[in-house]
Amino acid sequence: MKILVCISHVPDTTSKINFTDGDTKFDTNGVQYVINPNDEFGLTRAMWFKEKQGASVDVVNVGGSETEPTLRKALAIGADSAIRVNTEAKDGFAVAKELAKVVTDGGYDLVIAGRESIDYNGGMVPGMLSGLIGANFVANCIGLEVDGTNAKAVREIDGGKETVNTSLPLVIGGQKGLVEESDLRIPNMRGIMMARKKPLNVVEPAGANNETSANSFEKPAPKGAVKLVDADNIDELINLLHNEAKVI
Amino acid sequence: MSVLVYTESENGKLKKAALECVSYAKAIADEMGTSVTAVSINANDTDVLGNYGASKVLNVNNDALNTFNAKQYASVIEQAAKQEGTTVAVVSSSADSKYLAPLLAVGLEAGYVSNVVEKPSNLSPFTVKRTAFTNKAFANTEISTNTKLIGLSNNSFGIVESGGSASVEDFSPSIADSGVSVESVDKAVGKVTIADAEVVVSGGRGLKGPENWGLVENLAEVLGAATACSKPVSDLGWRSHSEHVGQTGKPVATNLYIAIGISGAIQHLAGISASKVKVVINTDPEAPFFKAADYGIVGDAFEVVPVLTEKLKAFKAQNA
Repeated sequence: MKILVCISHVPDTTSKINFTDGDTKFDTNGVQYVINPNDEFGLTRAMWFKEKQGASVDVVNVGGSETEPTLRKALAIGADSAIRVNTEAKDGFAVAKELAKVVTDGGYDLVIAGRESIDYNGGMVPGMLSGLIGANFVANCIGLEVDGTNAKAVREIDGGKETVNTSLPLVIGGQKGLVEESDLRIPNMRGIMMARKKPLNVVEPAGANNETSANSFEKPAPKGAVKLVDADNIDELINLLHNEAKVI
Repeated sequence: MSVLVYTESENGKLKKAALECVSYAKAIADEMGTSVTAVSINANDTDVLGNYGASKVLNVNNDALNTFNAKQYASVIEQAAKQEGTTVAVVSSSADSKYLAPLLAVGLEAGYVSNVVEKPSNLSPFTVKRTAFTNKAFANTEISTNTKLIGLSNNSFGIVESGGSASVEDFSPSIADSGVSVESVDKAVGKVTIADAEVVVSGGRGLKGPENWGLVENLAEVLGAATACSKPVSDLGWRSHSEHVGQTGKPVATNLYIAIGISGAIQHLAGISASKVKVVINTDPEAPFFKAADYGIVGDAFEVVPVLTEKLKAFKAQNA
């Protein structure tokens, strides 16, 4: 089984979010980048398929050379090789289209992407990719088993989960649950040394067009101070929620 | 040229988010000088949609669609959009709608923007405001394709009654191959889900252990609320992952969010910041959550919450 794991290069979850150039660009100043958490759960699940079922695991990112340390980290965790599509990630559609070419050229059976990236939160790349290449698709995937060309996946639904049967070729939008937080791997020195020697292939883009563009950003209006209510005066809280906030 | 809205239902009943999506579609249609068509799958109560702004309802009744399937549902909506000459399509932010939307976008060659929180600020170029960076910012996003697909954030626009009526027609699309078949569904019956809830009561490590969750559940019951938890609580296995709200868990956009014993890590606050009113109950007055909340009580949850629950019960009985 050939597995491709899509890796988004995103600001660490603790990052302060600011914008520059008249609020048209994300301010990368002082921001630490990491593997998108949803992708990392998928990558870790892919390592299980590699170790238990002999799958090969490649990772891919659509982005400039600044994303290479993130791809190297994925190699240090255990992926066999990395691909970087050398173009700016303009929108979800353009990324999906670039990925579609990588998947078709590489003949991958299973594509594991994250449910969404934690920066732009579009939640559209895996679904669009499946639509473009005609593969099956499971979103919000929290469990995955593959047996030959058959796959059994668990999808989180509102208020529960459902188990589905499908087949390869398959694209999943994965998240926590594919593996547990405690299963995530911190690259060790040996992995980091080996990652330096593993192939990181830079490929030129297919030249996909974007359909949407984020023209400007704004931050939520600053919040007023909290109104503190005395712990002995719960009636006052109920009064505020009813008459002032009008939510009960 | 109409605005098409997919009105989601469950067990034959329209979901609340469907009414919000129709209200939203109506606001866009008014600006565009066109009308709203709703497409609905196996729902029995679609005649009410006129009251929220739909002029026409396409009712699909087909046993082959009894179980949700993203590909088949996306294909139904795509066929409706093509029949109606749709230029703007609207879906909700439920798990199912977010699943089918990217497939629909590819089928319609529509630029898709998810997590939209307002009516378009401009029709030409077509520009909508969406949340980004897990609610830490908004992005004003332009859609440049002829057909546009909008995923509306739940509880962002509200439900607006316009008092109209809709013509209801049967619609019989062809049914696509499914590719994915459901083996089993595991869903709590009669429990409010985080996605549908207007109120969420959430617990953190301050509750000391899973055996104390009765506090959260009792308060939630009085308020008709969904229950949720912080990341450490789900990592410790006190509560299921499906209740974890925050940056790597579920986003919450409710009218009222009550946090009990949650200190307010930046990732948690990001995930819940789209909620309109936030209440925090915590022993530590320095907890970061107090900076993000609208109302706060510095106090011991084990003393405050049972009193709050009892008093709310009395309040609800009085105001019923």
